[in-house]
Amino acid sequence: MDFAFSEEQEQLRGFAREFLASRYDDARLAEIADSSTGVDEDVWPKLASMGWLDQDLTFLDQAVLFEETGHRPLPAPYFSTVALAAPALDADTGKRIASGTLRATLAWAEPGRPQALLDPVETSVADGRLTGVKTLVPDGAVADLFVVVAADGLYAVEAADAEVTPHPTIDGTRRVADVRFSSAPARALASGEEARVLLGRIRDRAYAALALEGVGVAQRALDLLVAYAKEREQFGKPIGVYQAVSHKASNVYVRLQEARSLAYWAAWCVSEDDEMARQACLAAKALAGSAAVFACENAIQGHGGIGFTWEHVLHRYYKRAQWLAAFDGSERAQRAEVAAFLLD
Amino acid sequence: MDFHDTSEEAAFRAELRAWLSEHWAGRPLEGGRGDFDALRRWGGELYKAGYVGLTWPSEYGGRGLSPTYQAIYLEEMSRANAPGHPGVIGLNMAGPTIIAWGTPEQKKRYLRPLLDGSEIWCQGFSEPGSGSDLASGRTSAVLDGDHWVVNGQKVWSSYAHKADFCILVVRTDPSAAKHAGLSYLIVDMHAPGVTVRPLVQITGDPEFNEIFFDDVRVPRSSILGSPGDGWKVAMTTLLHERGTLGFALSAELERMVNQLIKLVKEPGPDGRRPADDPVIRDAVAREWIEMQSLRFTNYRSLTTLLETGIPGPEGSGVKLAWSEANQRLTSLAQSLFGLTGLVSDEAPWNGFWQYWQLRSRGNTIEAGTSEILRNIIAERVLGLPKGR
Ligand SMILES: Cc1cc2nc3c(=O)[nH]c(=O)nc-3n(C[C@H](O)[C@H](O)[C@H](O)COP(=O)(O)OP(=O)(O)OC[C@H]3O[C@@H](n4cnc5c(N)ncnc54)[C@H](O)[C@@H]3O)c2cc1C
Repeated sequence: MDFAFSEEQEQLRGFAREFLASRYDDARLAEIADSSTGVDEDVWPKLASMGWLDQDLTFLDQAVLFEETGHRPLPAPYFSTVALAAPALDADTGKRIASGTLRATLAWAEPGRPQALLDPVETSVADGRLTGVKTLVPDGAVADLFVVVAADGLYAVEAADAEVTPHPTIDGTRRVADVRFSSAPARALASGEEARVLLGRIRDRAYAALALEGVGVAQRALDLLVAYAKEREQFGKPIGVYQAVSHKASNVYVRLQEARSLAYWAAWCVSEDDEMARQACLAAKALAGSAAVFACENAIQGHGGIGFTWEHVLHRYYKRAQWLAAFDGSERAQRAEVAAFLLD
Repeated sequence: MDFHDTSEEAAFRAELRAWLSEHWAGRPLEGGRGDFDALRRWGGELYKAGYVGLTWPSEYGGRGLSPTYQAIYLEEMSRANAPGHPGVIGLNMAGPTIIAWGTPEQKKRYLRPLLDGSEIWCQGFSEPGSGSDLASGRTSAVLDGDHWVVNGQKVWSSYAHKADFCILVVRTDPSAAKHAGLSYLIVDMHAPGVTVRPLVQITGDPEFNEIFFDDVRVPRSSILGSPGDGWKVAMTTLLHERGTLGFALSAELERMVNQLIKLVKEPGPDGRRPADDPVIRDAVAREWIEMQSLRFTNYRSLTTLLETGIPGPEGSGVKLAWSEANQRLTSLAQSLFGLTGLVSDEAPWNGFWQYWQLRSRGNTIEAGTSEILRNIIAERVLGLPKGR
């Protein structure tokens, strides 16, 4: 049993942390989140040149990046492209991603019906043309390519062939969009049972990635809470001496450690295709999503009035945490599946 | 990162499983810890088979293995629903403290009988006026020739009524500052002047005790460290009490989760299976997830230990989270029985859940209250200013 990331992975982490912190201080992040698109248009080729989009990265390499892009949110469709879309795409399209010229996402949910990733859909394909309406598509307005879940399989559709309606979203750097496909030219990626298995794996991967992001989010919220508790004084003392404040930080710390342990376990299971991958990813998503929310809520409380302002960075993290927790159903949905493993 | 057993670890795990399937017939459910003398014999069997003191130096009867093997041992024991060695205080606290601070003579004298279960230990830290504030203890030891003369009272001392020796924190220098005046003695519980009075816990079991010391003469050499080192030595004990016990706790939680799963699949008093109730399903899944998170947190902390020699700080919350999980889990189980669960003579599951639910309330008090553990995390791990 060895829980450590490799030296190269730790190097990658250090590098990512530095890159993200220097490019996106809190003020810059806020500016982008409040901008019309919510993304940093120039960063994508940079990510490519740093190798973040390479096809030969293992999931454990990516795990480091997911965690760091939670700690300092990366305003670009990194999660959507790498975790949701890339696993379904062919090697040539993968090369377009790696070269920094393509951003992609996954479109599964449809209005007016159950919207979990593995729920059946209506979108259909005839003669290589795809027709259907998708909603809640992550980063839908900034993707160049959609991986679309249709009734009989997965298809690739260029964004130019779709009609995209962006939605303002409280997490300003990860917005969702409605996407309408009317006889859009579609390229088959996988069908039938193969597509179902693939979608299951994409879901595992997405859960692990979101759990890792959640760990980064919770860590930053805790860092902010601890720093503020040391510096802010009331009644002549730093507020961190008061247990009502310090114990919040301790509780967050404990939840964060639990979340981190499960997120790393899930990441390893995904990279090894381990037999426990499904359960590990469910567990990690459930616990890390709620741990991120818990961390942000405690950090907001520990900051008093300033923590409740638009100006302070905390709400950005809080909204990202809510996004992670809400993805494909709350922790209750994941626990219901875990329960099925345990009890049925 | 690699979560597989190495081939040596896998072999050890397989060998232990085989040994258990041959020597452990399963245990009846009981509302308590079971017969102490039987447990003691079981501890002796475990020792003979080579499963006690896995990480201890081989010259003192251990096997000199890495802590990973202790983790595997604990996991397999809990999966087989087999009880551990009953000498918990000796194995987890006295032993490691003696290994860290003891003279060669002390190690030679105390370690082996502790491993094979022939000598039982207790811990005399808490006093009526001194619990969380451990360093305020007043039990005194005064040097008289070749002996320390001990006077005072300890309380809440688990297993003292079974114990042969006590690790005792005493004040040897009343003029020194609070922490600096303490020393750490090894006291023979059979010595004249030692009186043990059992205290009944809320479970009805007399598991802990008061200990009175009346001019008890303790050989001058029965000290760990030097006079005045008591606080530092006690910190070694607490490090082991709160830290390396992590695996024992997650393994115990795994055992309880497995029992809970069994329980909810049985029809309840109303004839319905709790496992068909979404609220119960959610709660069971939550505790399974919690258990896995503690298990892997222990492994993460262990990785740091193997790399640096010091367990990682991430493990510091395990006891805190475990105690609360165990309270939730056992309360959930009890709630399934309704009033039937409160009957003493014909309690469901032979009183298993009734006992463990009540016993779980001690989990957030013993070995450092949850409030004190939160203080420790805040001050030592997060670097927040001290409240006192
Ligand atoms: C089942 C069980 C077994 C035990 N076994 C042993 C044993 O073998 N040997 C032994 O020496 N002791 C043993 N103990 C004693 C245990 O270590 C003490 O009970 C514990 O340290 C608390 O001390 P106290 O009981 O004096 O409570 P107090 O310290 O008086 O605490 C009372 C309450 O005040 C809170 N509190 C105290 N100080 C603070 C603070 N600074 N900040 C916030 N809250 C605070 C506590 O958290 C608690 O809720 C055992 C206890 C139990 C329940």
